[in-house]
Amino acid sequence: MNWNNIITVYAKELKDSLRDRRTLMSMIIIPTFVMPALIFGVGKIATTVFSKARSEIPSVMVLGGEDSPGVITALTQAKKVNVVPTTADWKQQISDKKIRAAVQVPAKFERELAAGAAAPVIIYNYEGELKSGFAASELEKFFRTLREQAVTAQLTQRGLPATLIQPFETKRENVAPPEKVGGNIIGGIVPYLIIILCFTGAMYPAMDLTAGEKERGTMETLLCSPVARVDIVLGKFLMVLTSSLAAMVLALTSMGVSFAVGGAIFGGGGAKVAVAGKAAAATAAAASEVMPSIDPAGVLGVLAMVLPVAVLFSAVIFTVALFAKSYKEAQSYVAPLIFVVIMPAVVGMLPGIDLNARLALVPILNLSLVCKEMLSGIWHWNYIAIIFGSTCVYAGVALALAVKMFNREDVIFRA
Amino acid sequence: MLATLLKPTTGAATIAGHDVVTASTQARAQLGFLAASTALYGRLTAREMITYFGALNGMTSAAIRARIKVLAEELDMHEFLDRRCDKFSTGMKQKTSIARTLIHDPAVMIFDEPTLGLDVMTARSIVKFVRDCKARGKTVIYSTHVMSEVEKLCDVIGIIHGGRLLAEGTLAQLREKTGEQDIEEAFVKIVGMEDAK
Repeated sequence: MNWNNIITVYAKELKDSLRDRRTLMSMIIIPTFVMPALIFGVGKIATTVFSKARSEIPSVMVLGGEDSPGVITALTQAKKVNVVPTTADWKQQISDKKIRAAVQVPAKFERELAAGAAAPVIIYNYEGELKSGFAASELEKFFRTLREQAVTAQLTQRGLPATLIQPFETKRENVAPPEKVGGNIIGGIVPYLIIILCFTGAMYPAMDLTAGEKERGTMETLLCSPVARVDIVLGKFLMVLTSSLAAMVLALTSMGVSFAVGGAIFGGGGAKVAVAGKAAAATAAAASEVMPSIDPAGVLGVLAMVLPVAVLFSAVIFTVALFAKSYKEAQSYVAPLIFVVIMPAVVGMLPGIDLNARLALVPILNLSLVCKEMLSGIWHWNYIAIIFGSTCVYAGVALALAVKMFNREDVIFRA
Repeated sequence: MLATLLKPTTGAATIAGHDVVTASTQARAQLGFLAASTALYGRLTAREMITYFGALNGMTSAAIRARIKVLAEELDMHEFLDRRCDKFSTGMKQKTSIARTLIHDPAVMIFDEPTLGLDVMTARSIVKFVRDCKARGKTVIYSTHVMSEVEKLCDVIGIIHGGRLLAEGTLAQLREKTGEQDIEEAFVKIVGMEDAK
């Protein structure tokens, strides 16, 4: 190994790659501009759709209830629902989204209510449809209020206090520190993004520097120079690693800046959504809220943990792409690897999966899980050591394999 | 194999005293290898390309600059030295490749069909350049299908046909052996004698 040679190879590959549009795209432009735009875009759309659905006054139909004029009048006057004339095809109309829901008022409802007990009120909605769900909850709310009023009236009639039926209330309060809440929401999505960016950042240069070079016929030129092959591999590998890390750091920086700048803009919308409990639909918007409460040491910890993973990815993609004769062939080998990478990252995002000694040995998944913890301010040093150590070992093996493959003429000169 | 890209299954070879198997790095340091399969980096300029290979050969940047000046003069490359290689014509590419091959002033050079696809003037200047190398005491292995180049350049001629070395000798020896004055006729005759066996 000769560091001068490695640096010479690296410097040339860096210069060469920075002149390559494909590498520039995957290394700089996509992580810096496209990724944050995409995340904010999805978050913004989710927020907009959600608040629009909330602000819509749903059209509903009332079935029956001819002998309960008081309820019908109150329902017609209710501000949160718009009662439309009843038609026979109400079910079809709900399916066609012409109306959002329908409510069945049982016969003799008012009379029975006054007497003390009535048949159930049935609300028809289209399960899984957001706006229909909202309409159903508005109707539920209406009838709940009606029920409470009836109860209060009954109590007053008998000279009993209203607190008889509800002697106390329950209240929820959050004891988790704010960074823990943030860690759980962002902790899921950030490692996932980091893993994908690390991968795509490494992908293009890794293919270009191996299969691309074979295809263009420059590989032999390079191999004729009096530089040991291990130096060539390491120089090229460092370039791939640079691109991988650059993609990730740029994306994180860009997203951090966007969060800081855009947090105020999207924060308002995000809050509503978070309250609505639909955080999954608008994680990014919710994330903008809790971003400042992320543990800064956690961010540094994440960066440190990502390093061996970036080495692992770079070495693996490099080795795989080395087998290909052309850039296109390399693409068809490397593209399926994305799924191998994404699946454990997605599993790590699932709620309820926590780090244990066995999972700490599963590459990628362990990163995803430990990032979630570190961003929440939890530091399980023994797990962190296992994860860092095991990933380093995997990365070392992958790199050694890359060097070995580069020395095999049936790989380099595969006809 | 001489460029140590492939390992021989049997046999041995040395380049300027360095065994190609056991001391491949040192052997490559003494060798300039040019073939149709040794392309240029399209995104680098000719100067960057040559400089890169100078650096890979362990030359200082001052030495590389001086050497590029000499080579560019000899090969008449000044006008395209700072342009990117992917826009080059075949002749410009070949000149750049030759400069790349010779940046470290190797003792031995292998040229595999260096004039293939070139116009007459460029081919001529390359042949002249190779002759100058020979005059400076370098060992040149020159492979070609153009018999006139063989007559102009070669001290020792080897005729390879179907992967086998059929004859080896000076121009005069080959003429004597075949009884032909024209080298092309001599070539045909030797190949014919082999095929008759």
